[in-house]
Amino acid sequence: MTEPLERQAIISGAAQSDIGRRLYRSGLDLTVEASLRAIEDAGLTVDDIDGISTYPGMGGPFGGCSGAELHDTLRFSLNWRDGAAETSGQLGAVHKAVLAVAAGLARHVLVFRTVVEGSRGAVRAGGGGGGGMGGMPPAFQYLIPYGVTSAANWIACYAQRHMHEYGTTREQLGAIAINARTNAASNPKAIYTDPMSMEDYLGIRTISDPFGLYDCDVPCDGSTVVIVSHRDYAPDAPNGAVHVNAMGTALRHRPSWDQFDDLTTMAMRDSASSMWERTELTAADVDTAQLYDGFSWLAMVWIEALGFCGKGEGGPFVEGGARIAPDGELPLNTWGGQLSGGRLHGFGFLYEGVMQLRGTADVQVSDCEVAAIGAGGGPESGCLLLTKGIR
Amino acid sequence: MTDGPPPRFISPHAEGEFYWTAGADGSLRLQRCGACGRYIHPPGPVCPYCHSRDLNPGPVSGKGTVATFTINRKEWIPGFEPPYVFALVELDEDPTIRIGTNIVGCAVEDVAIGMRVEVEFEENGEWFVPLFHPLDES
Ligand SMILES: [Zn+2]
Repeated sequence: MTEPLERQAIISGAAQSDIGRRLYRSGLDLTVEASLRAIEDAGLTVDDIDGISTYPGMGGPFGGCSGAELHDTLRFSLNWRDGAAETSGQLGAVHKAVLAVAAGLARHVLVFRTVVEGSRGAVRAGGGGGGGMGGMPPAFQYLIPYGVTSAANWIACYAQRHMHEYGTTREQLGAIAINARTNAASNPKAIYTDPMSMEDYLGIRTISDPFGLYDCDVPCDGSTVVIVSHRDYAPDAPNGAVHVNAMGTALRHRPSWDQFDDLTTMAMRDSASSMWERTELTAADVDTAQLYDGFSWLAMVWIEALGFCGKGEGGPFVEGGARIAPDGELPLNTWGGQLSGGRLHGFGFLYEGVMQLRGTADVQVSDCEVAAIGAGGGPESGCLLLTKGIR
Repeated sequence: MTDGPPPRFISPHAEGEFYWTAGADGSLRLQRCGACGRYIHPPGPVCPYCHSRDLNPGPVSGKGTVATFTINRKEWIPGFEPPYVFALVELDEDPTIRIGTNIVGCAVEDVAIGMRVEVEFEENGEWFVPLFHPLDES
């Protein structure tokens, strides 16, 4: 295999703003806070940053801040900037930053995702998608009239089919939620930290069968920033370099919530397989997985898509929680995930992956050298394979 | 659902208006390619299979099978009273096409994957909204 282009990129810095249910601060304010921390963390100054990349950019869902606002506020001098929602999921912003660095368009790209959901008072029991009625794209015009405006409903249909075909149970979904809650207790920034038992999990009302409240992530306010740099900078990164080994971007079938060819998986099937096509590493090399859990079931299908178990075996794999615990064979969502840590919209997983590879996570996985990061669901997803040192 | 039709916020795109009016004569219609005969959903300006633009609404039996569903128990939209079932129905004519719909005419708990269903229409302002009810084939 010729060296994939992404091997030229590292993550040299990472930081978050304060994170909370309702901080009553602007998205720009939070983004500036995280940006300055991340730039310092990378051993750089504002003048060193010559690129900005963000998801979803101006006007996107749960918007916190546009790239242009940040650009102007800190008076960056840029060689490249990008922000868009039509990409390989939330991590598309990272994928594009990596490409910009590898292409020589920029040397140090500040990549961010900011959410200000809690403070908008829009406390919605369900993750992404959803929303307005007017001027919706044609594909949504065949869903919205039936009273399903939330991704909770759309994804619930897939989870239901997964249960039907493979015998997946609510208890198995609960193992993902409980694992997240248990890990969140050690994360000082997490939103939900009270212990949760299986009885608690099963006892809550369902919102959209089979999902109950604890299958849905929790809205929050917060900004996450990583600095993507050229690997030449690795020796100078004061907190160490996390290397990009491979990225997954594919979507090989219809980009649709309701017309996807397989009702038991989603776009991650394709992005995950495209990632493994770009590396000599395999699922067996992964020391921790930080996988999107906007809904509990999404993390389960990410586990299947990345090949940590076979298709349809995600339920038995997570059952009881031992395999996905911090000392298990696949430590999952060690920061609490979006289910308990907060809906940082993909970037919480990325941040945690970087901390794990640096060895500075709140719930640290021992000898952590390879981390798989996956974000997204429905018709958009993307993933990253990160390593400590170059592999 | 109770007390008259819920708000459905139908505002069709150019190629899709027929879908919401076809039920006036009691039959469901899908966009169909005059060249290759395939059904296309959602409707578009060109056949995705043969790129023909000879596309017209074609009647279908309105019979199908519940591919999957969810019982929605939360009120997202005032006037759209839970619980109600949202389902994806695979039509007999082409099971690769899934029709999003509400299942009516039975208790929400009675809906199941694999259940046979048949279209009916709800008059909702100027639109005829395709809904599905259990089909008794015995
Ligand atoms: Zn055709």
